[in-house]
Amino acid sequence: MVETGQTARQDFLAGFWRMAPLIVAVMPIGLVFGAVAAGKGLSPLEVTLMSALVFAGGSQFVAMDIWTHPASWAGVGFAALLVNVRHVLLSASLGAKMKSFSGPQKVGAMLFLADEIWAIAELRAREARLTPAWYAGIVAPFYLAWVLTGLAGALLGRLIGDPALIGLDFAFPAVFIVLIMGFWKGRQTGLVLLASAASALAIHHFVEGAWYIAAGAVGGLAAAAISNPSREERP
Amino acid sequence: MSLDFSTLAAILAMAVATIATRLAGLLVLRFTVLSPRTRLILDAIPPAVLAAVVTPTALATGLAETIACVVTALAALRLPMLAAAAIGVVAVAILRHAGL
Repeated sequence: MVETGQTARQDFLAGFWRMAPLIVAVMPIGLVFGAVAAGKGLSPLEVTLMSALVFAGGSQFVAMDIWTHPASWAGVGFAALLVNVRHVLLSASLGAKMKSFSGPQKVGAMLFLADEIWAIAELRAREARLTPAWYAGIVAPFYLAWVLTGLAGALLGRLIGDPALIGLDFAFPAVFIVLIMGFWKGRQTGLVLLASAASALAIHHFVEGAWYIAAGAVGGLAAAAISNPSREERP
Repeated sequence: MSLDFSTLAAILAMAVATIATRLAGLLVLRFTVLSPRTRLILDAIPPAVLAAVVTPTALATGLAETIACVVTALAALRLPMLAAAAIGVVAVAILRHAGL
């Protein structure tokens, strides 16, 4: 473990630069979310509130998919729970690596947990100690970018074209694939990826909704458990 | 700027559900002691979750997306994140225009 020996300001900026590619990638997605939400009848204020309070793109898009008038709080609330239940795993994994965070700092940090933030923080934790300032450096600009581009999308509305035409909808899958390559640790990782992809694919094919994410996570973890036999077990 | 009551209730319900999932992991850590083996298994969470999230795009959307995912993975072997991801985006745009 490397002690960074940097000031909080340097740490914040280092986090910011590490996050820069993902900040660029989240902007078109935020714009599209705002435009879609405005199309469903949400006001710019409502769009901004949702992005600021929920801050979880996947569940926000799902909510727009099932949006009704008047809105059903139970329906979108349960959908958000289902889409975001993976956060339980993410926060357990990252929380164990936040040794230099106080209790309240950990809770504050987790309130801003998102796939992109978590993945970058996990990568960082493999090479250096995670510090609150560095974490704030990846969270603050990414959060602002998501909320402000959502507002801009709601205001611009229909002016925004289809992002698929120039491949921008592929920005996040591409970033996630680069991140997966960063987590590669040999055959063991290959096994986890295969098991996760196979479970996710099967559930995605047969079950409506976002269950495939949880299914893939469980499949991958099962593969990791099987390939790491417990020492207590008798041969 | 309007704020509808049922819309606000829906937004708050989503926020409460999402925040609960974010904090639940910390609670789990607080009340369980992790054995070395459990830690090893938890190390598999990042690749397992990321693979699950991208699987429908990579394997069940279209040939353009599948090829672009392979191109991105190969680019990631040599290039920094922004460059590799940009190559993936350009690849998918070209492949879609080519009609794949």
